[in-house]
Amino acid sequence: MPVISANTQDIQFVADELLQLEKHYQQLPPCQDMDAETFAAVVEEANRFLLETAGPLNRNADEQGCTLQGDKVTTPDGFKALYKQYCDDGWNGLDAPTEYGGQGLPYLLAVILGELNTYYCPAWADYPMLGHGAREALTAHGSDFLKQAYMPKLTTGQWTGTMCLTEPHCGTDLGLLKTQAVPQEDGTYAITGTKIFITSGEHDLAENIIHLVLARLPDAPPGTKGISMFVVPKFIPDENNQPGIRNAVSCGSLEHKMGLKGSSTCVMNFDGATGWLVGEENRGLNHMFTMMNGARISTGVQGLAVSQAAYQGAVQYARERLQSRSLAGPKYPDKPADPIIVHPDVRRMLLTMKALAEGNRALAYFTAQQIEKTRYSDDENVRRRAAALQAFLTPIVKAFITESGIEATNLGVQVYGGHGYIREHGMEQLIRDGRIFTLYEGTTGIQALDLLGRKLLKMQGGQLGPIAEEIQAFIDQHPNSPYVDTLRQHLHQWQQLSQELAAKAQQNPEEIGAASVDFLMFSGYVLLAWLWARMAEVATQQLDADGPRGKNFYRAKQKTAEFYFNRILPRAAIHAATLRSGADNLMAMAEEEF
Amino acid sequence: MKILVPIKRVVDYNVRVQVKPDGSGVATDGVKMSINPFDEIAIEEALRLKEQGKADEVVVVSIGPDEAQQQLRTALAMGADRAILLQSGEAVQPLQAANALLKIVQEEQPELVIMGKQAIDDDNNQTPQMLATLWDRPQATFVSKLSLENNKATATREVDAGLETIEVELPAVISTDLRLNEPRFVKLPDIMKAKRKPLETRPLSDVTGDFSEQELTITQYEAPQPRQKGVMVESVDELITLLKEKGLVA
Repeated sequence: MPVISANTQDIQFVADELLQLEKHYQQLPPCQDMDAETFAAVVEEANRFLLETAGPLNRNADEQGCTLQGDKVTTPDGFKALYKQYCDDGWNGLDAPTEYGGQGLPYLLAVILGELNTYYCPAWADYPMLGHGAREALTAHGSDFLKQAYMPKLTTGQWTGTMCLTEPHCGTDLGLLKTQAVPQEDGTYAITGTKIFITSGEHDLAENIIHLVLARLPDAPPGTKGISMFVVPKFIPDENNQPGIRNAVSCGSLEHKMGLKGSSTCVMNFDGATGWLVGEENRGLNHMFTMMNGARISTGVQGLAVSQAAYQGAVQYARERLQSRSLAGPKYPDKPADPIIVHPDVRRMLLTMKALAEGNRALAYFTAQQIEKTRYSDDENVRRRAAALQAFLTPIVKAFITESGIEATNLGVQVYGGHGYIREHGMEQLIRDGRIFTLYEGTTGIQALDLLGRKLLKMQGGQLGPIAEEIQAFIDQHPNSPYVDTLRQHLHQWQQLSQELAAKAQQNPEEIGAASVDFLMFSGYVLLAWLWARMAEVATQQLDADGPRGKNFYRAKQKTAEFYFNRILPRAAIHAATLRSGADNLMAMAEEEF
Repeated sequence: MKILVPIKRVVDYNVRVQVKPDGSGVATDGVKMSINPFDEIAIEEALRLKEQGKADEVVVVSIGPDEAQQQLRTALAMGADRAILLQSGEAVQPLQAANALLKIVQEEQPELVIMGKQAIDDDNNQTPQMLATLWDRPQATFVSKLSLENNKATATREVDAGLETIEVELPAVISTDLRLNEPRFVKLPDIMKAKRKPLETRPLSDVTGDFSEQELTITQYEAPQPRQKGVMVESVDELITLLKEKGLVA
């Protein structure tokens, strides 16, 4: 299968025309240089590079996978050369500070780079992603000593990063974790324990691997309040910052996974390995959340990337596959049959994928812009409001977009019929590779609890807050939008549901758990409705103004918005009804009755 | 030594080209545009000569709409030193392009012009030859290997019979074939650097003066006929009979 280029037109449309990148960056002092032309050039060159390098590696990455010999992991053919060029050409440090050798470009571009990495080869995308996360945690919490020792090489990509949280008996509930950190006389710590599911824990792409490890000090309080974060390098940097003595950390085995086989997922053994404390004692989980929040956005974007890949693969097939005649009579009488794109049900599947992928792109980039405001704005009010929006939207970006990814990749196979089940077409690989996205970095259930329990009820007191203001502003400013009434009703219902849940939760905390995933999905569908209404408005303006993407592009936007409001948004009502049914129908059944 | 590299903005090679419904041309509305791949090879070759210390400056020039600045910026990001855009909203035919490039050659005085053997839009394969003739300098076309020594270029050409090696005196025009090199990817920091490199724009009419004679008139664009379904034959004899029936062999 030839690699299909990613849809950079839609990436540009969302960043430039919908989210007005020039106006946005003019208000952020460190980004004032960024104009639409440069932004587009970066996206296009990244796409071109990955189309020709990462794309062709994808299928073999799945067939060959990673292999372990002794304690050495070999990545699939081509990954090493790709990683080297990716780093040499400056992509690894795209949004890293220039003082460490990064390019200092805006965060949204790093998000888009991650999207393209995943679009072309999901297994490859994890290697640079983890280094990015380690840099974020060190930037926020590392001492100057640690920053000087690790940031430059994590920026160039000579060294990669990991995050070591999970242990055999503790995944979601990190309070149970056992790995020990014993203080040494020289100020370092001896780290002992076993970590599992460690992405990029061991591989052959880089000369050193920097593990960020959660562990307990001997006198630490139990539970999550007794967890600290440590840097544990595979090779301890010598006085010249070159990889020195081999540390007592090694890969015990590789996990055997459903998909994402080219990504090295390791069991890591720490046998008194030398580590350095990051930030404060017993604050490790809070520090890790700096990394986790970014990782959650990145994971959401991975869900978007596989949706897009499934859509583009399916559209191509639906245009080429000749089978049966249109119900309305032959549309291609000169051919032995019509291409299957003439059939309403095939169109239902294609438009579902398109509406979800493009709506989710708008949601992810909007959230990335909020993160940019929190990082780069010099106005405290702007930063505070953006931080609230980001906190509220992050679990939705993570869970809603990755759940959409499951739906879209399944539809991708369905469009191909039996051929979708055949490996050579690449469609079933998207399901398997994309299936992890609703699981790692916090499952959908955990994201939903975060949204409803922590963000909505605890932080915002049951109020939707700034996101409702954003939607209301669109409603007020666009009274002639065909979607404005529907949007107003849904916003109102969202507010009602929030208040109802706040009241119910006070009486019975289990109502939160019973309602959370439905509430998150409801929220996602309403957010996409808002964004599709906005995109339809922009498309209408651009059709009049002869916008740069061509008439077909903007007409397709308008029609996809129409499809979304008629065929996807009604799902919100089901989630509302379900969550209103309460916790009793879940809790009534005794355990032994299952 | 200075190298001039003319480049053309064309529909990206990945795009499935479609003819406009009225047959007046190819649909470019919202279509991804790129540097003509043969020209990209020309840029790469010029940059390699510069990196070998055989050239001091690489100047890229394009004739096209304002949007062709994007392709010139890409060339600058690849490593060219400066760029010139001759603005023209109209399609430019080979002889007109060659005349315009001649003016730039006279202004810039390069020792070498390296350009793609043809653009993938109209596949004319004429401009390099015309430019060499107008300039009255030697040409080496369809080049798959190039070396410079003592003010001479040794070029291996891809010809019907195989490969041919010729020597031309500089200044000369070189037209590139596909196997000359593999163009580099643009490095991220170089995209930023390219923003600050000089890009001069001027109307095409500035250099062509009153040269407006159109040698060719395009009447109609049409998509090629779809390929007919083939037939399986049982034997060579049957094949020959069929070919004779169709008048394809005598």
